[in-house]
Formats: sequence, structure tokens, C-alpha cells
Amino acid sequence: MKKLLQRLGWPGTVALAIVLLFVLVALFAPWIAPYPLQGAGGPNVVAKLSPPSADYWLGTDHLGRDILSRIAYGTRVSLTNGILIVAFSLLIGLPIGLAAGYFGGWVDEALMRGTDVFLAFPALLLAVLMAAALGPGFLNSVIAVAVTWWPWYARLARAEVLVLRGQPYVEAAQLSGVSHWRIILRHILPATGRPLTVQAALDVGPALLTAAALSFLGLGVLPPTADWGQMVDAGRKFFPARWWYSAMPGLTIFAIALAFSVLGDALRDRKGGTARASA
Amino acid sequence: MELLRYILRRTFLSAFVLVGVTFLVFVVAQVVPSDPAALYAGPRPTAEQIEKARQELNLDAPLPARFATFAGAMASADFGISYKSRRLIAEDLRAYLPATLELAIFSTGLALLIGIPLGVIAAARQGGWADRFCSFGSIAAVAMPTFFLAMILQLIFAQWLGILPLSGRLSREIAISAPLPMVTGFNLIDALIAGRFDAFGDALTHLILPALTLASYPAGVAMRLTRSAMIEILERRHIVAARALGLSEPRILFGHALPNAMGPALTVIGLSFAYALTGAVLVEIIFAWPGLGRYVSEAILAKDFPVIAAVTMVVTICYVVMNLLIDITQALVDPRVALS
Repeated sequence: MKKLLQRLGWPGTVALAIVLLFVLVALFAPWIAPYPLQGAGGPNVVAKLSPPSADYWLGTDHLGRDILSRIAYGTRVSLTNGILIVAFSLLIGLPIGLAAGYFGGWVDEALMRGTDVFLAFPALLLAVLMAAALGPGFLNSVIAVAVTWWPWYARLARAEVLVLRGQPYVEAAQLSGVSHWRIILRHILPATGRPLTVQAALDVGPALLTAAALSFLGLGVLPPTADWGQMVDAGRKFFPARWWYSAMPGLTIFAIALAFSVLGDALRDRKGGTARASA
Repeated sequence: MELLRYILRRTFLSAFVLVGVTFLVFVVAQVVPSDPAALYAGPRPTAEQIEKARQELNLDAPLPARFATFAGAMASADFGISYKSRRLIAEDLRAYLPATLELAIFSTGLALLIGIPLGVIAAARQGGWADRFCSFGSIAAVAMPTFFLAMILQLIFAQWLGILPLSGRLSREIAISAPLPMVTGFNLIDALIAGRFDAFGDALTHLILPALTLASYPAGVAMRLTRSAMIEILERRHIVAARALGLSEPRILFGHALPNAMGPALTVIGLSFAYALTGAVLVEIIFAWPGLGRYVSEAILAKDFPVIAAVTMVVTICYVVMNLLIDITQALVDPRVALS
């Protein structure tokens, strides 16, 4: 633990703390939110569009719901969204990358050219097309983003395998007649797993940012479930006169994405300073 | 020879990718949606209308035949008609594509104009406050939701300071009372052709905020790449020699070091252009910019799949062609790229 913090430096440590704070908020939203009923979607019209005050720290929305509570509940949607996008993408990308890297030859060529097709799209546009075809909804938006996300993991996994394939212990396993699948699962996957897991954990930030963009476009979860992107969009009608409606959830998205971004930067710095442009 | 082979291979792969893209768009836009015929037939259709729509759309044909029709239509830029407006999509695109491209190109230029000098300064004052500010700025730019940044810029420059227009592509006075003749569809160029400097200035002020929104992330990347390239170059001998000769610091930085650090600029152009095309969906809604992004977002709400498919195809083609051109330029500039 101490070693990890040392590796992160102070900006990384603060970022990690913020991410953990969001995780806690997501887990305990009903206990943390000052108005759990409103957080879950119950209207409170007597207080509609009130500015930030002692009763409503971050103000209220057009149905009078406490924005702080809505944001707390929205954390659940956003974090699960980000985590599921990354998980689905790994589920598709990892096997494809492993197979392409391990078998090489025409398998590699076929799989990677297929991957190129997905990478040829501007990512958000493909996600929008997918989400529009599937219809709005939580799971659909996860699938829509994952479709644009997995090729990166396929490439990453393939690159890792290419390095490992020439290692003596893999060659030894091959020579002693261990089956391909066993080599991939027992000898290669564990070694590729680590760098990929780190990358995947850091990608939760960008993933939830993309999901927020989709829900801003009306392609995310359906109301009355609280969702940050959707809140920013709903508040646009009252912006800038009732700035808090859009600004609070907008700042929240920025805060969590920034935390992930700083964390990634801290980890990369210590790993040898190869600042990769994250696109 | 190697270079030619590389260029041919890249071109062939791009063509292949476009076929794959067409297939994917076909599957998502025509196979996944539950009932295109019901959407095509209009609001509350009768069973007969749906049946008629099925025949018109040729939905009962086998999938390979439908794909062949779709691909043929896309190749001849025949995107069909919009379910909602019943207008020819190709005609709509002619009006909207230049608006999006103008924004994308302008924001790419802006990203380089902001990012490269900042990168130079950050490298020259390594570890100083300018360097720290820039590196935090580039991290923040990645994390900022595009749609939120757009709103903040509107709030500051249009609402509070009132120095830039809130939204739109031209002021009402110009768009309605003295419209520009459409030659290229790029307002800046059309205004120059017509010799209308009032319209040129007006178009320019309208471009700034949306372009700035789209430029923030690529400017951050440009800054980072320039910074690291410059740091490496500033240690080289010809810079040491220039210092020994007593050349001024700006002249060393911009005249002798920067030209050698321009390699990343090409990468940034590609990245920025791609980002602008993607971000257009979000930014154009907020700035009421009459481009492809706003067009497609309206189509999403109406489940207007031919429009969504057409925009996806056109933008992806722009994207693939742009990447191809950049790869080829990069190989021409630095032949080592072709060999690796």
C-alpha cells in the first residue's frame, strides 16, 4: 500500500482517493443522499429550480429534486456503466487479441483486419448508430460503447502475446506437447492479464465519459433514473439562468474523469515516461 | 519501391476497410432495428401501409441481395430519402457536410496554433510554472466532457462578456437579409469569393466558440507531443552551437529547434480532425451549428435510420481518407515509416 502511494505521487494519490470516494458514494447512495426518495426519482415540485441553499446544497431540478441526491444516485449508473463497458470490451477484445497474436498467419490477418473495420469509425458515431438501432436504455448504451471499445484491447492483447510467444517457457510448453488452449489459458493469459487489467481499470474514466455523451444525446438510461449526462442535457433548457442544474452534474463528470486521467498519468510517468496519446 | 509498395498496401487496406464499414453500417441500420417498414410508413401506419413500405424498401429480399443493393446505393452516393422529412438525403448532405468540414478544419488549425507554441514554451521552461500549467491543462482537456465545455464557453464569452455570438453559423441579418451565394459551402471562402468582408467577420466570430470547444483536447495532445519532441531536440549539438553563437532564445526555439520537432504535427492533424468529426454530434447541437452532427442528432430522435446510416458512412469515409492521406504523407516525409 505504501509502495503504491509512493509510486503515485501526491496528485495520483489524491486522484485515487477521489475515485474511491465515488465508489463509496455509489455503494451507499441511499444512505449518503440527503433526499433518497428524490434521488431515486420522486418529484418534489414545491421546491422546483431552487438555487443552492442550506436545504439543497447543490440546488434542485425542474421537478424540485435535490441535485446532490440525484448526482449521488447517478454515480451508480455512471460507474457501473464505465465498468461494464470495459468488462464487455475485454470479453470481446481479449480472446480475439490472444488468438490473433498466438496463432499468427491468416488467423491474425483475418482477425486484425476485422478489428480495423471497427477502428475505422469515429468512435462516438458508431456508438450513436448502435444505440439508436438498439433503442435507449442502460444495457443498450453499454453495448453501443463496448462495440467501439473492444478493438483497443484486441490490439493491446495481441501486442503482449507477440512478445510472450517467443519466450523460452512458451516454446518449452509447445515442445512438450501442451495443447494450444492450455498454453494460452495457463501460460499466456496470466502474463498479459496484468498490464491489461491496469489499462482497463484506467479506461473506466474515458468509458463513462463516452457513456455520459450518449446519455446527453438521449441514448442512455431512461428517466426517472438519475444520470449525469442526461441531467446536463435536461438543465440546458434552464441554462444559464438556473446554471446549477447543468453545472453540478457537468462538474461531477469532469471531476471523476479528471481523477482517472491524473491517475493514469501518474502510473504512466513512473513506468518510464512514455506518454501515450490516449485517443 | 518500398515506399510505393507501402502506399499501395495502405490504399488497398483502406478500400477493404470501407467495404467492411459499409457492411457494418448495413447490419446496424437495416438489420438490427426491429421494424424499418413501420418507421418508413409514417406515424400510426395501417397494416397495409406497412406492407407497402416493406415492398418499397425491399425488406423481404434475402440479406445478401439487400446488402448488395445497399452497397451499390452507397457507392453511387444515393442515400435514399429521409423517413421523416421525405427529402433526398444526398441533397441535405450537400448543405450540411461543408458546415461540419469547415468547423473540423478550423478547429484543427486552432489546435495546432494553441498547442504547438505552448509545447515550445513548456519545453523551454521545463519544470517551471508554465510547464506545470500546460501539462495539467492537457490532462484536464481529456477529462472535460465536450458538451459541458461548450456550455461553459457559451456562458463566459456569449452571456457574460458578450463578445462572441451564442450560437448559429451566421447572424440573422446576414443569413436572411443579405445571404451569401453558396459556392463551396464553406462560409469563410464563400464570403471571400463574394468580397463580403462583413460576412467573413461574422462567420469567423461564429466559428470561434464551437471550434475552441473541439480544439481543446487535440491542443492538449499537440502540446504534449511538441513538448517531448522539443526537449529531446534542445539537447542536440546544433542547438548548443546556436547558443554558443549567441542567437536569441526565441530564434533558437522557433527557428532552429521547432522545425525539427514538427513530426508530431501530422499525428495531431489526424487526431484533431477525427475528434472534430466525432465531437460535432455534441457540439453542433449546443451551438445550433447546421452541420452533420445536428442533422444526425435530429435523425436519432426520429429513428430516421437512412439519415443516420448516410451520415455515419460519409463521416467515416472522410475519416478513413484523412487517415490514409496522413499515413502516406508521413511515409513520404520520413521513409522509415514505410519500412517498419
